[in-house]
Amino acid sequence: MTYVCLTDADREAMLETIGVASIDELFRDVPEGVRLDRPLDLGRPLSEQEIVQRLEELAGRNTPAGTETSFLGAGVYDHYVPAIVDAILERGEFLTAYTPYQPELSQGVLQALFEYQTVICELTGMDVSNASGYDGTTVAADACYIAKHATGRTKVVLAESLNPQVRQVVRTYAPGFGLEVVDVPHRDGVTDPEELRAAAEDAACVIFQQPNFFGCLERAPDIAAAASDAGALAVAHVDPISLGVLEAPGEYGCAIAIGEGQAVGNPLSFGGPHFGFIAAREEFTRRMPGRIVGETTDIAGARGYVLTLQTREQHIRREKATSNITTNQTLLALGGLINLCWLGPEGLRELGETCMVLAEHAKERLGLPLVFPEQTTLKEFAIRVGRPAADAIREARKRGIHPGYPLGRDYEGMDDALLVAVTERRTLDDIDDLAEALVE
Amino acid sequence: MKLVFEKSRPGRRAGRVPRPEKLIVPEIPAELRRRTPPRLPELPENEIVRHFTELTTRNFGIDTGFYPLGSCTMKYNPRVNERVAALPGFRDLHPLQDEDASQGALELMHELQDILAEITGLDAVSLQPAAGSQGELTGLMLMRAYFADKGEGDRRRKIVVADTAHGTNPASVTMAGYQLVKVDTDKRGNIDLDDLRAKVDDETAGLMLTNPSTLGLFDEHIEEIARTFHEIGGLLYYDGANLNAVCGLSRPGDMGFDIVHINLHKTFSQPHGGGGPGGGPIAVRRQLERYLPVPAVVKDGKRFRLDYDRPKSIGKVRAFTGPFGVFVRSYAFILAWGRELRTMSEDAVLNANYLLARLKDSYDLPFDRLCMHEFVVAARTLKREHGITALDVAKRLMDYGFHPPTIYFPLIVQEALMIEPTETETKETLDAFADAMVAIAREAAEQPALLKEAPHNRPVQRLDEVKAAKRAVVRYRFEDHPDLTAEPAKSTEVEAPKGV
Repeated sequence: MTYVCLTDADREAMLETIGVASIDELFRDVPEGVRLDRPLDLGRPLSEQEIVQRLEELAGRNTPAGTETSFLGAGVYDHYVPAIVDAILERGEFLTAYTPYQPELSQGVLQALFEYQTVICELTGMDVSNASGYDGTTVAADACYIAKHATGRTKVVLAESLNPQVRQVVRTYAPGFGLEVVDVPHRDGVTDPEELRAAAEDAACVIFQQPNFFGCLERAPDIAAAASDAGALAVAHVDPISLGVLEAPGEYGCAIAIGEGQAVGNPLSFGGPHFGFIAAREEFTRRMPGRIVGETTDIAGARGYVLTLQTREQHIRREKATSNITTNQTLLALGGLINLCWLGPEGLRELGETCMVLAEHAKERLGLPLVFPEQTTLKEFAIRVGRPAADAIREARKRGIHPGYPLGRDYEGMDDALLVAVTERRTLDDIDDLAEALVE
Repeated sequence: MKLVFEKSRPGRRAGRVPRPEKLIVPEIPAELRRRTPPRLPELPENEIVRHFTELTTRNFGIDTGFYPLGSCTMKYNPRVNERVAALPGFRDLHPLQDEDASQGALELMHELQDILAEITGLDAVSLQPAAGSQGELTGLMLMRAYFADKGEGDRRRKIVVADTAHGTNPASVTMAGYQLVKVDTDKRGNIDLDDLRAKVDDETAGLMLTNPSTLGLFDEHIEEIARTFHEIGGLLYYDGANLNAVCGLSRPGDMGFDIVHINLHKTFSQPHGGGGPGGGPIAVRRQLERYLPVPAVVKDGKRFRLDYDRPKSIGKVRAFTGPFGVFVRSYAFILAWGRELRTMSEDAVLNANYLLARLKDSYDLPFDRLCMHEFVVAARTLKREHGITALDVAKRLMDYGFHPPTIYFPLIVQEALMIEPTETETKETLDAFADAMVAIAREAAEQPALLKEAPHNRPVQRLDEVKAAKRAVVRYRFEDHPDLTAEPAKSTEVEAPKGV
């Protein structure tokens, strides 16, 4: 076997030191009745070369972005990941470290996480960020838990234009949290702040997405104001790619900002692992879930970083903890940090603009009716293809184009609607190909 | 070392973004447009690489050295797993890609489900949970759904958890809306059966247990414990953090557990990345399958598909089908072992017992038994006689080039040092570590200051955690720092030439 480190001679010597006659004797505390009396029903051990062969065979049965021109988005996006992200994340000192429990051996990861937290605060206009959550869905559940305890209320309001998977995850968590979930329907692709104001009465929080699942820009400041007026925390679910061009949630009155970080620095990887982010105003610092890194000094006065505010956490507070999070998504979050350093403020703005320019061009080039013609969009938009979206996808894929996500899966009356995502990786030629594939 | 923000200068940049010519940027409504750009660092690419490379030199991973962090299973992370996870057919695959264009990914997941079912001795698997603690929460949600379906949801409000449990267990109990009942450990390190019987009644939904426990001890009464819960119609949840002890030797399903989570980042070698990602699949008995998260990965004839039509499902606990890249690595790892996986656990247990044998004369041993894949010793005597704590021992180990064990856990052992060597260490490494631990115990008596001042050769000395929590500086405060637009001050130090 590939990963064995002991020789038979080692084993003999070690058993002698222990004072037992055999390996079996080491397991004498395991009752007979619960021992497995046969070998596991698995294959023979494979060599590294055979493993690669098997995995290449499986990977070969998939059609990744790259072999197909993909306009799929709907929460996970084909943005460019710069080479330095992989180069740094592959370094074993980061890749193979555990959670930084011993700060003197972990200043690298701790400082990087402190920088990550700062970058997330800068993007969102918030005061505090944790060191990452699982993904863009679970951070929404985290936000509900904060809001419940901060307000003492037991209802949460979700905009229908919020990513359906985010809404599903909140609904899964809600019964355990003792929360009731209410949806506010979209009106012509966006949330009506007045309708939301009524729903937010007695609510702990309101979660909306900017740009929303349809790609449309919500009247975010009005939504935040409506929520706050009702005494509910306004929670914005945002795309980091958009935050070079769109206002930060903290600047228009949100209490908490959350989101899926995949778009910066994480490959598609069939849906994970990616990272979720959650940031909040200072007053919620001690209600935050998961790890937080803080600055301090050592005994000689030198600056250093540690896991901090740990009295919130499960390993100390146990059943009274603010969450059960232990393992998070540190490596993926560091990918996000490195990507954002690579872009810088100018690059991030340009990236948002490029997506917007290309998406706007695609709308015109396609010439198909928009599902929500009145709305401003950023990198994603919904069109009607005049036939079941599934048919349009099947036909386009024969030409090597994946034209987008069928909205009918989640929304009634949208069986002919496609959600088209245009990232900076798509070219004008790709958009021409899309037009030909969809219009013919 | 400077923060990346302190190296930033306006106007510098690394990445370039494609800018389509002749197209005009559409207008964003003024009230939605960003007014102040985020203060992201502005550095050329080589400076970014140097910054993060320097950070890596201030970090310790398994690739750096021995990392016996108890209950974390810090084993070698095979590099081939990184190679296969980065195959374009996996890395660049969109999760909403059509099923006919993601058959390889679905097959891999389906096969991994079958493998985990076999290893755990259970019937059905969901790969969706993102980490062990999310697996726990998902498992408790399954219990809720199961009892609600039986009309017992309102009555069964309590979950029993051992006092040796990981902190995630009680935290998950609260998040799932259950009440926690703690059960004591007896003198041999097993669950105290009398205490348990007194606390299990018709309001009990189930038990959460790690076996072997965080003491590294296999509960000798596991069959009796399982009977106690099954007799009252309760369910048993297995925290799989310590599964590395028993693969191919004893299966949680055979022990009587109904729900198990598996930490792919422990037993099955997903690198922990300085804190994550992980993977926390759950395996269940047949009667709980219908409640598992959607979508399920199923096989119809030769075709694999995602099944959303599960009316009794608890719903989704994370996006899509779970952390797929983690599945690829763990699957590759299991292929390397195949049916010989038992040897992995045997060597892990042998390594732990060997270290225990070498250390038990130098440290306190709270439970004098053979251990499984990890064990707990204590620095109680060192503290009483020399004022040396578990923390001091841990910090001094850094001077010897080792990552310290888990300390001050489990909570029931004072001055605990919880040591898990894993199977991927040679006898020479174990001996070097044991020699260091024995030497440190001697130093505690002879030169205690050496331990109190440790570590001696790290980038920072001991850090003030109380101050960190009190100040709560959790982001860089741009406003507190000098104007970075100015040129940096010139260094006045002059060094002699050292090159040609």
